[in-house]
Amino acid sequence: MTTSPSRPAVEIRDLHKSFGPLEVLKGIDFEVGHGEVVCVIGPSGSGKSTLLRCVNLLEEPTAGKIWVDGTEMTDPDVEIDAVRRGIGMVFQSFNLFPHLTVLDNLTIAQRRVLRRGRAEAERVARANLARVGLTDKAGAYPAQLSGGQQQRAAIARSLSMDPKLMLFDEPTSALDPELVGDVLTVMRQLAEEGMTMMVVTHEMAFARDVADRVVFMDGGVVVEQGPPREVLGAPRHERTRSFLSRVLDPTHVAQLDPPGQSAEPPTSPGLPADDRHQI
Amino acid sequence: MKLRRRQRERLSLWLQYLAFVAVIAVVVLAADWGRLREAFFRVDIIESMFPTVITVALRNTILYTLGAFAFGLVFGTILALMRLSRVAPYRWVATAYIELFRGLPALLVLFLVGYGIPIAFPEREIPGGVFGSISIGLGLTAAAYMAETIRAGIQAVPKGQMEAARTLGMSHFTAMRTIVIPQAFRIVIPPLTNELILLTKDSSLAYVLGVTAQTIEVTKFGRDTLNDRVNATPLLVAGLTYLIITLPLSQLVRRLELRYAKAR
Repeated sequence: MTTSPSRPAVEIRDLHKSFGPLEVLKGIDFEVGHGEVVCVIGPSGSGKSTLLRCVNLLEEPTAGKIWVDGTEMTDPDVEIDAVRRGIGMVFQSFNLFPHLTVLDNLTIAQRRVLRRGRAEAERVARANLARVGLTDKAGAYPAQLSGGQQQRAAIARSLSMDPKLMLFDEPTSALDPELVGDVLTVMRQLAEEGMTMMVVTHEMAFARDVADRVVFMDGGVVVEQGPPREVLGAPRHERTRSFLSRVLDPTHVAQLDPPGQSAEPPTSPGLPADDRHQI
Repeated sequence: MKLRRRQRERLSLWLQYLAFVAVIAVVVLAADWGRLREAFFRVDIIESMFPTVITVALRNTILYTLGAFAFGLVFGTILALMRLSRVAPYRWVATAYIELFRGLPALLVLFLVGYGIPIAFPEREIPGGVFGSISIGLGLTAAAYMAETIRAGIQAVPKGQMEAARTLGMSHFTAMRTIVIPQAFRIVIPPLTNELILLTKDSSLAYVLGVTAQTIEVTKFGRDTLNDRVNATPLLVAGLTYLIITLPLSQLVRRLELRYAKAR
């Protein structure tokens, strides 16, 4: 493993990904600097979640190269378990382990992967629970928490591994509207502490206020990117403008899409029909 | 006169009760209770069967069942993981095994183990004697059934669980062992209980291996006593003895399920 501080936190070169005949990513070039917060926005099916899942190799790219902190993820001989330790990931559906208490959710990987002792693992876990405001929930099971609490516990679980990079895959999309704020607050706090973050989101206010850079994707390519002020405030591309108007003003009826251009992009490709746990 | 809806429903219910009671009454009245009691409920024979039916026969039945279940569970889990493996030959072998052993009667497998293995390996003995032979013999068949149950349980665990575990840096094996399989077993507790109850009764096949007074189990003990006394009472005793195992077992599992409901 070669780590060089001059390389960006994430570097993606000509990334392609297909699910069977469906090409989801059509050549992505992309970088995330150390300490940078990048929000990826775009219509569903635009490939933004797939892009995020390629970064830690939950999806195997069809072609192209990815480096994380100078380590080539796409190298067939990469020690994937070792690299993933440094990359936290937060899922839309939380994916807490339902058979373990919140505290055990936070300690199990520390103990099994980082080989920390019980006392140290619990100390780190409790510190991270305090960070997300869940000190009193250590002994609860995930099913006893609200969605917002589950997502904050999931963030604390990732943080317990001391990651250098955090990936967020639509972290608030499964939450009731009144619970979104708590999760976004935790994420904002994380950004302010200098965490490198890649966030796929539909929360435009979060992107505007917290992101250093906003990337708009559509149809498997990066359409435009830049500071939130430019991409969200003064988008240069028609596709960005029409997406933003649909998101920010969903009930607007006066301006219909021109004929021939589908208002509803193709839905998410889903996973290949393969029920084996072979990640 | 037209009946109203609730009247119609009440009438229909009463007719069903009536039919049910009538069937029972006919059976009860038509049966010759004196002869039944003479054939199935001789108190002196019941007394003569105690305490051996509990201390030896029931004990052995439980031991054989647990032995076969443990063997089946371990082997069945391995087969399930093989069926889900990325390695194609593992999948072929597991599938072939499961199809073969689900299709063979347990009695036949027990014969093959009890008499085939000693012929194939004359120098060696199956450890544990009858206990070892029946654990393996019944466990081989049980493993085939349990493998399919466990495989279904593993597949019922959401994919996100494996993804979250791998994202935290766990290897596939560690993630399986600490995250996926514990959840899968909670899911398959009811069908595995079913298998355990079936095995309890299948342990009666131990007689094909030639059991002695020390290794006898409930059914064989009942049949032997029946031959001695030329009376069917021992069968009734044997039947009730099985219920001593199966009824508390169902209760225990209900409580286990309740306990795990919290952590789902």
